[in-house]
Amino acid sequence: MALAIRKSTFSVLATARCIVPREFRSLSSLPETNEDVAQDVAKRSTGRRIRFQNPALEYRHVYPEFLPDPNPKWRNTLREKMERADMLKRRSQIDIPEFYVGSILAVVISDPHAQGKTNRFVGICIERKGCGLRAEFTLRNVVDHQGVEIRYDLYDPTIQSIQIIRLEKRLDDKLFYLRDALPEYSTFSFDMDPEILPEGTPVPVNPVQVKLKPKPWLERWERQELKGVANIEEHLKENDRVRRELRKTPWEKYDLMKQYRKTIPAEDQNEIWGEVHNQLNQLKLSRKKMFKKRPVTTPKTQLA
Amino acid sequence: MLIKLLNGGEEVTIQSMFRSFINKLCFNNLSCGFHTSASLNEVQLLTRLRVVDNSEIGKRAMAEGKPPKVICVYNKKRIGYIGDRVMVAIKGQKKKGILVGLKQTQKVKVPKFDSNNIVLIDDNGTPLGTRIHVPIPTILRTILKERTHAKGADYTKLLAIATKFV
Repeated sequence: MALAIRKSTFSVLATARCIVPREFRSLSSLPETNEDVAQDVAKRSTGRRIRFQNPALEYRHVYPEFLPDPNPKWRNTLREKMERADMLKRRSQIDIPEFYVGSILAVVISDPHAQGKTNRFVGICIERKGCGLRAEFTLRNVVDHQGVEIRYDLYDPTIQSIQIIRLEKRLDDKLFYLRDALPEYSTFSFDMDPEILPEGTPVPVNPVQVKLKPKPWLERWERQELKGVANIEEHLKENDRVRRELRKTPWEKYDLMKQYRKTIPAEDQNEIWGEVHNQLNQLKLSRKKMFKKRPVTTPKTQLA
Repeated sequence: MLIKLLNGGEEVTIQSMFRSFINKLCFNNLSCGFHTSASLNEVQLLTRLRVVDNSEIGKRAMAEGKPPKVICVYNKKRIGYIGDRVMVAIKGQKKKGILVGLKQTQKVKVPKFDSNNIVLIDDNGTPLGTRIHVPIPTILRTILKERTHAKGADYTKLLAIATKFV
């Protein structure tokens, strides 16, 4: 009996080993490509079991800040562990929703400088970076024809609430080109109503392509292979095109070592996600409960 | 990977790869000897600013396409940060102003603007205009209150003409 059990566990381990290296390449913490999405969707459709066995597939995009910086100089397992515990503690205090670059958020912070002691800002998330407690995101909006950007720490204790107004992704990992785009692409009114996606739908990708203002630009956008820009060719001169060709690095997508150095290996990720999986799941459940409660509270009818 | 490439007939990409690689080897050391890091966007001597209040002189200067130039930043570093007093050359005159929004990367929770904004004031701290048409960072309240002394210039009058805080 015992032998049989041992055997079966061994076989499970062996199959797991077989699975892990195959999934290794798609386990980057970088934002996913379209193929990646297709893979994930395929996996989800094949069955629940795989998803539960390897939560990394789901979590690495939803909670990218739980993965440490891949630079070995900055790795410190103990510090990372403590940071993760602190992050979970903070997440139990405040609901930090799932969001991506391109989503529209409303952030309320307690601000000692403001008159009402709170400050609300709405904007599109143009960047998300940093690991652990240092994770930060940047919101951009155009208020009164003036472009404004505010950077927030995700685990800042002065943040009172983070609300998702529109959950979606864009075609690029960073939207800095909105600074050089026409202002209507980054204009959002402060009293926008939150759009609620039905449960279980994948996060939609907004395929909008922005139009850039004529040069001078802040960066050389033509060299960055951006997908979310429509009219980049109009503004280029012959010299820019030549320089772009010369500066191209088409071999980089085949550089496996570079890719490896940028990502956390699958084994390490499994360890991390195994550690935080339970608590994250609980937080998710409690959020769902809150979500279900919300529609019940109808506004009270005022008596004349 | 290479074999795959060769079989796929992507000779053009390989050629361009090779060419750009050689270019990198040769020209990087020869022609591109200067430093090309991102600019810090600091407000310093001769920086052009944008007047955001509705003072007559400021409006005319901006409409003519001759925005004011910094000729002095009143602090020890001579680099302007948010809330600093600057002297500007505007339409052939010397005026003082307060920086109310910077392009430069700011601290967490402090807004970063798309232009370097300035509000013109006189020597007592009274603004020349009557309205500010762009949002003003809230941190300016605290900064300007600290800079205001009982018998010196009162910079907080600027906050009263602001229309929106972010």
